Amino acid sequence: MASTPRRAAILGGNRIPFARQNGAYAQASNQDMLTATLDGLAARFGLAGEHVDEVVAGAVLKHSRDFNLTREAVLGSALVPTTAAYDLQQACGTGLEATILVANKIALRQLDAGIAGGVDSSSDAPIALDEGFRQTLLAANRAKTPAARARALARFRPRQLLPSIPQNLEPRTGLSMGDHMAITTARWAITREAQDELAAASHHNLAAAYDRGFLDDLVTPYLGLTRDANLRPGTSLDKLAMLKPVFGRGEGATMTAGNSTPLTDGASAVLLASEDWAAAHGLAPLAFFVDGQDAAVDYVSGDEGLLMAPVYAVPRLLARQGLTLQDFDYYEIHEAFASTVLVTLKAWEDTEFCATRLGLDAPLGSIDRARLNVNGSSLAAGHPFAATGGRIVASLAKMLHERGPGSRGLISICAAGGQGVVAILEGA
Amino acid sequence: MAADLYGDLVRTGLGRKVVSSLHLPNPVRLRRYAPQAPLIEGPVVVAGHGAAPLASPITSMLTSSAIDVLGEVPADGRVGAVVADLSAAEHPQDLESLRAVVSPALKGLATCGRVIVVGRPPQAASTAAQSAARQALEGITRSIGKELRRGATANLVLVAEGADANVDATIRFLLSGRSAFVSGQVVTVGDGQPSQPADWARPLAGRVAVVTGAARGIGASIAEVLARDGATVVAVDLPAAGDALASVANAVGGTALQVDVTAADAGRRIVDHATTRHGRLDIVVHNAGITRDKLLVNTDAARWHSVLDVNLMSILRMNEVILGDGGLRDGGHLVLVASVAGIAGNRGQTSYAASKAGVVGLTRALGSDPRLRDRGITVNAVAPGFIETEMTARIPLGTREAGRRLSSLQQGGLPVDVAETIAWLSQDVNAGVTGNVVRVCGQSLLGA
Ligand SMILES: NC(=O)c1ccc[n+]([C@@H]2O[C@H](COP(=O)([O-])OP(=O)(O)OC[C@H]3O[C@@H](n4cnc5c(N)ncnc54)[C@H](O)[C@@H]3O)[C@@H](O)[C@H]2O)c1
Repeated sequence: MASTPRRAAILGGNRIPFARQNGAYAQASNQDMLTATLDGLAARFGLAGEHVDEVVAGAVLKHSRDFNLTREAVLGSALVPTTAAYDLQQACGTGLEATILVANKIALRQLDAGIAGGVDSSSDAPIALDEGFRQTLLAANRAKTPAARARALARFRPRQLLPSIPQNLEPRTGLSMGDHMAITTARWAITREAQDELAAASHHNLAAAYDRGFLDDLVTPYLGLTRDANLRPGTSLDKLAMLKPVFGRGEGATMTAGNSTPLTDGASAVLLASEDWAAAHGLAPLAFFVDGQDAAVDYVSGDEGLLMAPVYAVPRLLARQGLTLQDFDYYEIHEAFASTVLVTLKAWEDTEFCATRLGLDAPLGSIDRARLNVNGSSLAAGHPFAATGGRIVASLAKMLHERGPGSRGLISICAAGGQGVVAILEGA
Repeated sequence: MAADLYGDLVRTGLGRKVVSSLHLPNPVRLRRYAPQAPLIEGPVVVAGHGAAPLASPITSMLTSSAIDVLGEVPADGRVGAVVADLSAAEHPQDLESLRAVVSPALKGLATCGRVIVVGRPPQAASTAAQSAARQALEGITRSIGKELRRGATANLVLVAEGADANVDATIRFLLSGRSAFVSGQVVTVGDGQPSQPADWARPLAGRVAVVTGAARGIGASIAEVLARDGATVVAVDLPAAGDALASVANAVGGTALQVDVTAADAGRRIVDHATTRHGRLDIVVHNAGITRDKLLVNTDAARWHSVLDVNLMSILRMNEVILGDGGLRDGGHLVLVASVAGIAGNRGQTSYAASKAGVVGLTRALGSDPRLRDRGITVNAVAPGFIETEMTARIPLGTREAGRRLSSLQQGGLPVDVAETIAWLSQDVNAGVTGNVVRVCGQSLLGA
């Protein structure tokens, strides 16, 4: 039995430019976007007609008809129809979680090559029937006689015709993600200036990456978009300072539309494989997947902030790998909000927090900010929930490849439901 | 692709009547190549002057391709093609042999039939009379091209002394549907070491080809045809054209490489991609091109530069890597895309004509470069005339119609016609053809 684990290589990725809600992709479904993304990946890596073992992807905002979203996308793509596929979903962690899954299967020799990805449309969102109306219809459907059916339908009330459009709300607290983050931001006293600075850097870094051609082999245009629609290369601290806060209340409100990610549409995919498969296909690995870790926090009771889980996941991962927070060439901390990143960094520097909450003898310490999100992140690119993980994995893998073998990168992604997914990649 | 309304109309019964009563041009649907189709239908007359040294190798090539070869026009007058070997002509009086062979064949020449004249290069003539006779073949062939109707073409093949064995590939091309839109052209065949493909239906099997500007138009068609002929295609285009590029690459089972050919590292990225992904590089087609039409009086430096940079200077830069160590393999093929505008000039296209005439100059220089000759690398250009693409669909209707009709074949060509010519120039069996500029223009009257 050949059961020794082996390294999973990241060979590259593809995404479509991210569009703003109701923008260029207003008419595109999740399936359309994921199919286009797989086609772009297939073209980049010559996968048309090639066998890839599995495609794993998912969407956060998902229609019930899309029960087999990824498989349907595969069937509509240039990949061979004998490619297995299934959906996986963990809110904003979906893309990274899918990557971890595929990498682990490769490591365990269950797969030779796989694709991990994610897609989300905030424009083509599923609209649900009013719950009362739905119950009425189900009751009428169960009724055995016409009279019983009429009785069931008589319970219908006209206001039930109002559809329920999904909102970015936590079901257990009724608060939006931004409202949750505003509480954490205030608790950690993150300033408006620091948030705006991070946001401006994100835009400038991503714009420079595009100009340098860094995204030439990471992005494939779609429906007329060639760059992320949210990107504002010309943004500045002055411009950002003019925006009114949208989350939090009163004097202390610091979170604006400029330092929070907007609702976005988009998709991404990453190609992973064993080193043998890569060599057989003339593909040089960009990076290797090293390790991944999930964590969750109790945000419902108010014990911890909604988006704080990665703060807990990283020290567990570092301990397992025998690394310190400073042992990385690049840090990719998903910018759900500028303050999410800033709170995360501040918490790791905080002696008391690290001792009482993370159970560490010493704080993890600070990082070299020049290594953080160096090619921009979600504030500039946008954040189609399930697509963010694939965007980050592919671009970090390329950065590490340019940096050289043995270079290291840390990924941290917070997710709805008080969860977090983090991972380490190593340059090949 | 722009619909050829006129072409469709004249193919209807009523249209045909109107056309013939008004003496309007009456274009036929051209015979185009299909891998399993015979080279040409109907008998081929092969004859010539004196010893006609090329007639016998051409005859045996045709016979081995199961084509009926005759020494003269049959009683019913019907022929698919006529090949006149004038390579032994010494004096203008010998040209009578050409008249005697070709003239009787013209009446019964099939629709989309072929006239091929074979001679020797005038530059290598040993007497003035011989040079005159050789040069005369060009005038004769071009005039026959203009006389022919119903999709038939006439071309001249000049075979250098000692290169007789290399003529096969060119004769095959000119007889076949691959050359549908090539007429009035002179192809020069020189020395080189041709190798026959194992399978004539897949002459590029096992080859790796790069095509720039492959996202649409002529480039997309080149990618398709090279892949059909067996090559693995690396499709290159601007990052902004990546979605169309991806569908081309997936359709031909190749790979897409998003790179601006004007980028400083474009050549390196192309060569690295081809050699690491596909293990080799056999064929490069420099097809990417733009127009920024303006009268010279209104042309600023930026417009001027962008056209020359994309169409010409990028090729010079990329070639440094492509023709350098670890780039194109020995015996490989480079094909450039020029334009009839680069030969004839066009009002409002000074920058474009500069770039395309430059491509012709570059092709000639590389074709005679002794280092490339030693390495067996061929360098040729095609010069398309009016081809039906998105580029030409934007031309105003009147000008567009004129562009289509002012040619011997009386219609626009299709991207596939350019692609077929490029695919022919990419074959190893064509090693004797280098430094040639072949117009794919239906014998357009422009710059003729
Ligand atoms: N259509 C004609 O009638 C005609 C006639 C003569 C010559 N040509 C030549 O044929 C070639 C193809 O023409 P077409 O009609 O298909 O044009 P097209 O405009 O349809 O296609 C040209 C392709 O080149 C790509 N391209 C442009 N600049 C590029 C760059 N910097 N890097 C990479 N790719 C780039 C474009 O994105 C496009 O996909 C051109 O060189 C053109 O000049 C065309």
